[in-house]
Amino acid sequence: MVSQRRLCTFYLDRLWFGIAVERVYEVIRLPAITRIPLAARAVAGLINLRGQIITVIDLRRRLGFEERPAGTMPVNVVARSKDGTVGLLVDEIAEIVEAPESSYEIAPDNLPADRRELVPGVYKLPDSLLHVLDLDKVLGGDGSEAQSGKVLK
Amino acid sequence: MSTATDGMEEIVKEFLAESTEGLDLLDRNLVELERDPKSQERLGEVFRAVHTIKGSSGMLGYPKLESLAHAGENLLSGLRDCKLALHPALTSGLLGMVDALRELLNAIERTGSEGDGDYTSVMRVLEELPRNSAAPADTVMGGSADAPADKLQAAPVASVSKIRVDVGLLDRMMDLASELVLARNQTLRFASSQTDGALLSAAQRLRRVTTDMQETVMKARLQPIGSVWNTFPRLARDLALSCGKQVIVEMEGSATELDRGLIEAIRDPLTHILRNAIDHGIETPEHRIQAGKTAAGHLHLRAFHLAGRVQVEVSDDGAGINHERVRQRALERGLITPEEAAGMGERRLVKLVFVPGFSTAEKVTNFSGRGVGLDVVKTNIERIGGVVDLQSVAGRGTTVKIKIPLTLAILPALIVNSGGQRFAIPQVSLVEVVRLEARFIEQLYRAPVYRLRDRLLPLCFLDRELHLEASVADGVYVAVLQAGAGQFGLVVDAVNDTEEVVVKPLGKELRAVTCFAGAAILGDGQVVLILDMAGLAQLAGIVADSRVQPLKPATEQGSSRDHAAQSWLVSRGTAGSRFALPLSAVARLEEIPATRIECSAGREVVQYRGEIMPLLRVSRLFHEPEQDRELLPVVVLRESGLSAGLVVDRIEDIVEQFVGVRSDPWCDLLEGSAVIQERVADVLNLKNLLAVARGAFTGGANDGSA
Repeated sequence: MVSQRRLCTFYLDRLWFGIAVERVYEVIRLPAITRIPLAARAVAGLINLRGQIITVIDLRRRLGFEERPAGTMPVNVVARSKDGTVGLLVDEIAEIVEAPESSYEIAPDNLPADRRELVPGVYKLPDSLLHVLDLDKVLGGDGSEAQSGKVLK
Repeated sequence: MSTATDGMEEIVKEFLAESTEGLDLLDRNLVELERDPKSQERLGEVFRAVHTIKGSSGMLGYPKLESLAHAGENLLSGLRDCKLALHPALTSGLLGMVDALRELLNAIERTGSEGDGDYTSVMRVLEELPRNSAAPADTVMGGSADAPADKLQAAPVASVSKIRVDVGLLDRMMDLASELVLARNQTLRFASSQTDGALLSAAQRLRRVTTDMQETVMKARLQPIGSVWNTFPRLARDLALSCGKQVIVEMEGSATELDRGLIEAIRDPLTHILRNAIDHGIETPEHRIQAGKTAAGHLHLRAFHLAGRVQVEVSDDGAGINHERVRQRALERGLITPEEAAGMGERRLVKLVFVPGFSTAEKVTNFSGRGVGLDVVKTNIERIGGVVDLQSVAGRGTTVKIKIPLTLAILPALIVNSGGQRFAIPQVSLVEVVRLEARFIEQLYRAPVYRLRDRLLPLCFLDRELHLEASVADGVYVAVLQAGAGQFGLVVDAVNDTEEVVVKPLGKELRAVTCFAGAAILGDGQVVLILDMAGLAQLAGIVADSRVQPLKPATEQGSSRDHAAQSWLVSRGTAGSRFALPLSAVARLEEIPATRIECSAGREVVQYRGEIMPLLRVSRLFHEPEQDRELLPVVVLRESGLSAGLVVDRIEDIVEQFVGVRSDPWCDLLEGSAVIQERVADVLNLKNLLAVARGAFTGGANDGSA
């Protein structure tokens, strides 16, 4: 009896991430976005999703990666967090993966504490490591951790 | 198995909701009954409500609830059969039972069981009451002896046509309805360029149906104002009893409907006004009789629709406001000058009770008017786009009028452009719009002002405050805005139409940005941010209540105590927070080009007067958003030969004031907080800051060296 977890996966700065598939409502192109002056850097802005206003978080900034290269269009993953619906900007959407629970391991100690909060663990899949993103923590931070950058590499 | 438990939970939930409603009704009916003890109809309703609770609690196995309700029912049946007569002690006993029942219901809701509360005293009162309440022989109530039992049982059937709906579901329906309007508009635009008759008639049909749909959903969110009022007769009774007064509450227009969001928002302000009216307005029975009034005071609540808004009035026939006392008190508190006081008419004087600072925590027992916390009422009403007005005739009574919009959800707003982005200004805070050429803006100590009809209007540039791209146009628009009791001008690039927008709250992660009240979707489907005037005025450093500030400067107050006034440098972080430093620690204020910042051992440093000075960014120390700027304002700190540069967002002011620092630091970099110029500022801990700058200090949650 091997228990599996279904994860919706995507790429961010060539790293492979996943969130629980049942949390994902839809994946859309980024519609017109309204920027929010004075908000944390990681907040990309607000969009209108069929009458619902949702906050969009730029995951690259939230996780402290470099800015997305000019000319590349992000993809917006609309998902459910504990504080409501949220849009997540990622580089590229990938397939849905069935990850065996046995391949899960909590994030190693050399990952800094503030990152470990967002990425509590990884699935060691044959081809690559799949980073698990804690959706509920994504909205909580103030984006200031974007300063130290590139720790995940 | 689990479905059976779920079903049970549902039943209990339903029982709780119904019983709570029943108790609210009981409160009201019992008080009414006290006034009109002969009303068989009311007695019947009261009896039915208690009977239902008894029956349901017995069935669901809540023995305490059941026995309490049973005791109450016994008492009530005595009343119904004219064996007992109603008197205040009996009403109080029954109300006591209602409170006990409510407590039990709350316990069940929280913990699932009745808890171990002791209700024997309530029970004893209920059991002993009949002995002291025998009906006088001569009171015979017509037809009371045989209250028809079948009528009692028929009642619950009436509510079948209503169901309970989750509020979240209603909100979502509202969202979808407004989105449907957008889709309809797009379709209509497309259809108007087509010639196909069938398409055109279908589009017209869509138009009608959508409009009806939107209105219907709006209606579904409406609730009668009575749902707030129902608790008032009980509240008034208890309050009046405790101050030895008699009050009769009359209500008119309980069925007036308004949005459920507003119902919640006016509950507290209305309660406050009611308390004030009974506490300060209505006199004791002796005084009233002396003044030629009835012993019992009348409190009249009235609600009605007026010109697309709801007007709620609370009037009493009490003593009214003593204008002389208001004048004196305002003078004492330094709210007006003697010259102003002399020239003020009664209507203007009365308005002073709404001024913050008029009321205080100190007891005002001998104050015959009102005014305790009325500023809070005003603020709360204005927050929902309402207006409060107060009229008072000495000796005759006071009327408080509240005008509120029908719904919180829809707000008329002016759409403006600034820095290439659109923003919505709520129409309620907009006074006027002025177009002017940029050269007419003058500087008063670096603060931009404009002479509007010979009055100096403080200005705030929206693009600068929000760090947007500055515009280059010569002509600008100034939206004159009301924030609290003061006005200021908001400089924007362009003014568009007004639109009725549906207000959506911002997510939790954006609450910290205080200058936005919410967001809305415009007709073209784009999201626009709604500006919050109070937050904006605060961000811009325009004190909202400048006109009502005490005229005595803060330093005078300080010197009267034995502390000497100290000079403080107040600066500002990017998120609008204010930081204060003793001026004695500040060596210089500099502006340093960002290009001059260098890196040494992972820290930012700058070459300054032949030495290497470490830099600390307030934004990083306190996790505030960072702005890319060419010139950074730097406060050069120096103490015992050590110096460091503190990079702030803006240097605001130097204040000479006595400051009491409240020591409640939430991190080691702060000494505490203090109120400087009426607003809160964080007082920085100089020693620890310098230690962090030199890399010697590692304590505290915020390691700013990143």
